[in-house]
Amino acid sequence: MPNPKRRHSKARTGSRRAHDSLKHHSLSECPNCHERKMPHRACPKCGYYKGREVLNVEEAS
Amino acid sequence: MRHKVAGWKLGRTTSHRRSLLRNLVTSLILEERVETTVPKAKAMRPQVEKMITLGKRGDLAARRQAHAYLMTSAAVDKLFDTIGPRFGDRNGGYLRIVRTGWQKGDGADKAFIELLGSEKVLDEKRQKRAETRAKRTAEAKKAMEEAEAPQAGAEEGGEEKK
Repeated sequence: MPNPKRRHSKARTGSRRAHDSLKHHSLSECPNCHERKMPHRACPKCGYYKGREVLNVEEAS
Repeated sequence: MRHKVAGWKLGRTTSHRRSLLRNLVTSLILEERVETTVPKAKAMRPQVEKMITLGKRGDLAARRQAHAYLMTSAAVDKLFDTIGPRFGDRNGGYLRIVRTGWQKGDGADKAFIELLGSEKVLDEKRQKRAETRAKRTAEAKKAMEEAEAPQAGAEEGGEEKK
């Protein structure tokens, strides 16, 4: 069976994973309540999307 | 080449998928708005539009075709009486899908799908629901007070009973 020839150092593992980090979502500002929200989605804070209330946030919680 | 236009399978067998879509379409026609996942909303959209086209045609053959797909006759009646005439001057694009966030548990992308021009109906529904809730709260409060009053007279620990 093939086996590793050398010890795999922590630095080698770490440097391989150097590019694996997760990126932040690019959030946009809600035009109604000025909270940061996900783009193309109804605002979870105020329930508005495209200038109209689409969700009743108080009712849902 | 018609590559990559197979639609949505939704991880279901043909019959399961057909039933799911029929249920969703029927609910949407009855309720005007349905909350579901984004792929399901996108998969049901063509079916709803086909139903509305039938509703706009309005003849007996169309009615029978709608009956063959929709689950309840109430949905067929609503489709032909109110929804068909409502979209008389619009050629397609009867629906709106708005993403709302992610489902807890499996992280599925959630959205609601609604018929255009349903704002008034939905507002009325919302108000009715709020009224019922207020009524129920008032009734529960009254019942609690009534239950407490004789108890307090008989014994000291009246609060313990619901």
